[in-house]
Amino acid sequence: MSKTEAHEQRDDLGAAGEQLSTAPREDAPNLPSLGVIGWLRWFWRQLTSMRVALILLLLLSLGAIPGSLIPQSNVDELKVQDFMDRHTTLGPLYDKLQLFDVYSSVWFSAIYILLFVSLIGCIVPRTWQFVGQLRGRPPGAPKKLTRLPAYTTWRTAAEPEQVHEAALALLGQRRFRAHTAAGSVAAEKGYLREAGNLIFHIALIVMLIAFAAGQLLKSEGGKLVMEGDGFSNTLSQYDDFKSGSLFDTDDLAPFHFRLDDFKGTYEKTGPNRGTPRTYRADVTYSEGADGPEKKKSIEVNEPLEVDGSKVYLIGHGYAPQVTVRDPEGKVVYEAAVPLLPIDQNGTATGAIKVLDGYRNKSGVKEQLGFNAFFVPTFAGEGKGQMFSQFPAPDFPVLALSAYHGSLGVDSGVPQNVYQLDTRKMKKFKDSRGELFKKRLLPGETMKLPNGAGSITFEKDLKEWATFQISQEPGSGWALAGALAAIAGLAGSLFIQRRRVWVRAVRGADGVTVVEMAGLGRSESAKLPEELSDLAAHLHEKAPSAPDRAPSAPDPEPDAHTASASDSEPAEVPAEGAEK
Amino acid sequence: MNLATTLAAEPNEDLAHISNVLIYSAMAVYLLAFFAHMAEWLFGSRSKVARTAAALTAGKAEAAAPAVAARTKGATATLERPKVVTRSVTGARDVPDGPGAAAGDEKGDLYGRIAVSLTVLAFLLEFGGVLTRALSVQRAPWGNMYEFSITFSTVAVGVYLVLLALKKNIAWLGLPLVTTILLDLGLAVTVLYTSSDQLVPALHSYWLWIHVSTAIFCGAVFYVGFVATMLYLFRDSYETKLQNGGQPGRFATSVMERLPAAASLDKFSYRLNAAIFPLWTFTIIAGAIWAGDAWGRYWGWDPKEVWSFITWVAYAGYLHARATAGWKGRKAAYLALIAFACWLFNYYGVNIFVTGKHSYAGV
Ligand code: HEM
Repeated sequence: MSKTEAHEQRDDLGAAGEQLSTAPREDAPNLPSLGVIGWLRWFWRQLTSMRVALILLLLLSLGAIPGSLIPQSNVDELKVQDFMDRHTTLGPLYDKLQLFDVYSSVWFSAIYILLFVSLIGCIVPRTWQFVGQLRGRPPGAPKKLTRLPAYTTWRTAAEPEQVHEAALALLGQRRFRAHTAAGSVAAEKGYLREAGNLIFHIALIVMLIAFAAGQLLKSEGGKLVMEGDGFSNTLSQYDDFKSGSLFDTDDLAPFHFRLDDFKGTYEKTGPNRGTPRTYRADVTYSEGADGPEKKKSIEVNEPLEVDGSKVYLIGHGYAPQVTVRDPEGKVVYEAAVPLLPIDQNGTATGAIKVLDGYRNKSGVKEQLGFNAFFVPTFAGEGKGQMFSQFPAPDFPVLALSAYHGSLGVDSGVPQNVYQLDTRKMKKFKDSRGELFKKRLLPGETMKLPNGAGSITFEKDLKEWATFQISQEPGSGWALAGALAAIAGLAGSLFIQRRRVWVRAVRGADGVTVVEMAGLGRSESAKLPEELSDLAAHLHEKAPSAPDRAPSAPDPEPDAHTASASDSEPAEVPAEGAEK
Repeated sequence: MNLATTLAAEPNEDLAHISNVLIYSAMAVYLLAFFAHMAEWLFGSRSKVARTAAALTAGKAEAAAPAVAARTKGATATLERPKVVTRSVTGARDVPDGPGAAAGDEKGDLYGRIAVSLTVLAFLLEFGGVLTRALSVQRAPWGNMYEFSITFSTVAVGVYLVLLALKKNIAWLGLPLVTTILLDLGLAVTVLYTSSDQLVPALHSYWLWIHVSTAIFCGAVFYVGFVATMLYLFRDSYETKLQNGGQPGRFATSVMERLPAAASLDKFSYRLNAAIFPLWTFTIIAGAIWAGDAWGRYWGWDPKEVWSFITWVAYAGYLHARATAGWKGRKAAYLALIAFACWLFNYYGVNIFVTGKHSYAGV
């Protein structure tokens, strides 16, 4: 295993190169020999090493892949079922491997928990180390400044002490932390890089905890509300409800809202005729058990936020108001029946179920059922069925077919309210013996055969809207963590941490030799530029001394090369420097 | 019916038509730029530059005895800056950057300039195409894959031109970039083309502007970083071969000698990837906030979300790799390639092969 750059610098430069970051040292993975404790320590050292962090990161991304390709039960239960039905061998295998619940599976959890243990195990010592670095002082200059990535030197008439003083002042001005140690000035800048990095990693932990808490405590339910109807946030009112495993129904915020009006507007002309322009649900809501009433419009991207819950507008449809009468003309059923949309133009289907109150002509109790097919704007026949050409209710038509008998609701099996179970029902027949059906305009009534009663499609057409009500505690924390993570990242990636040393020594001939050198992390691009700038300023304070051998030929700067690349310093700037 | 799939805007057919014409014109001009770049490379091959081998051997000899003398001035102490001498970190190769495609050849250089001018022109045309498309639908032009693709390539070329204008040494990017932009646009106008209408309604939010624009920008920068990484891998094998006394073929030599040094390419791609990583993080978070408003949960493991996350983790892995022993250099570069592949799959693959909430009108 090759050594890291940092190590090589350390070897080369002694203390000066130490601790330019707080990244853990990479130990060669020698096996321990020290019994249980030794093994534990070895294991811990491995777990908190950068190498293992990297491997865990890669495992995490690998592990996330199957969840995007295989249906997930927390996203779409039906698809999972469908997959199970179609793949009889693969299905159970996937199920065993928890591939339908990747993100809550044991193995996926193991990866990220290990990663986060590693992260904590990495952050704690790094934080201490960093605090130590902040309290300490930048390390003194290495013996051979020439070995540093950026180096410059000149001879000056100024005294060494003067040079050091000027350097200290200059570096201080540039917000370096500088001090004089062992005959040279040592300075360092860019601690925010390390701070940013630590903040970023800590923010990751905050985000994870917030996310986990949210998953465990969240609740999410759906409710269809008819215009004029209300909803109180209690479990019994929901049509469907899901919650995290630590959720307690007492956690439901006690609020209430009423759907006053639903408005959908649609493009009237042009090639996009019929495409929705706006959907708006005007509601009146009150916070708490009996808070004051307030009004609000809920739109697609604008949920209502109340008591820490959010109410989203999810869908909408029509609910024709119907009245059913028995053979005597007595009203046995009167309701707006929500129908489920099946296309973009508002065509909808559903069922009308008259559960009790109806007696047939012989006075026997029966149940009635109607299959309903509705179009908001009638456009004639298509494939034997009527269809809609526009989603607004410009020309509503309701088609009904009628059954009688038992709806089968007491069989104990939960029933779909939008579907008629006709297994125990008989068709009403028309004169030709076919299923009795009819199309109704608003206000029209369909008389059942043989005086069995009637059903009226009232003029008052209602709309309904579906809402999703969710509570997701911890999302504020997740957001705060996310923002801190970005800030930390920016600090960590855009700030360079670097050290500069200045050493002035009186040479054998009595002239002071100034040496300056800089050390950054491998990617630091601006280091040579910065050093050059600092040198220029220091040079003003301690200008070059007259040449000691004026007779010598003009010493072209290019004569002193440290390495091949310096033969063209103008063209090839420092390691990584930009032109 | 899910409301989130039905809101739409009415397109202006004339503008949409103008947009198409502009995109096709841009393609034609990119094609010309492509030929000009080819000419640049061809003429450039006349000059015989082979500095790498020399530098590699010279570097070895001198590293043993770094001779650094004090820089002195003439008798008149001018206030000229002291020169900073630089030295690579131990272990790194000290190789000068290649001179670029034209390699100092006058004709090559001329064609290079022509190519860049043509690219600027094509960029303007394409930008116009994106703009008219946006005007025709009166919304951000990011409603479907076709629109993504044209915006994406516009931004990628824009990033390249800005870097050029900032006098960064990236002229070498010209040919590979223009080639792939042509491929991208070709794919866009043939396979992905969707006539301008229908906007998925959950897209009706200012988050569209924030989230999608940063996503496209990140993609463009990741893409430029990817090209640099590929070239780094080629150039690095070339240098390694030379260092081990190998003799690369004449074609390889001619091309590789003109590219920047492996170390420069590596650093360039690292800087792009690192600089854009925080923005990518932001993009994902902005998406989560938007999802919270549109779908009632900020994170739901939707395929697009999953792949954004995978891409993010892969790039984080790459950044980690650069700080980890034994993973620097080529291994880290492979990680960068994998991370970009994840991004690409997220961009094309997820839309085409996987169904999720992030499916747009007409792919
Ligand atoms: C959730 C998992 C993690 C993610 C997403 C992540 C992400 C990152 C990123 C993006 C950077 C780049 C910032 C920079 O280069 O300054 C970074 C740096 C770093 N990470 Fe992590 N990290 C994770 C876990 C860990 C763990 C478990 C450790 C400890 C073993 C760790 C230690 C470090 C260190 C030491 C650096 C700084 C490297 C340097 O100074 O160049 N990270 N991390």
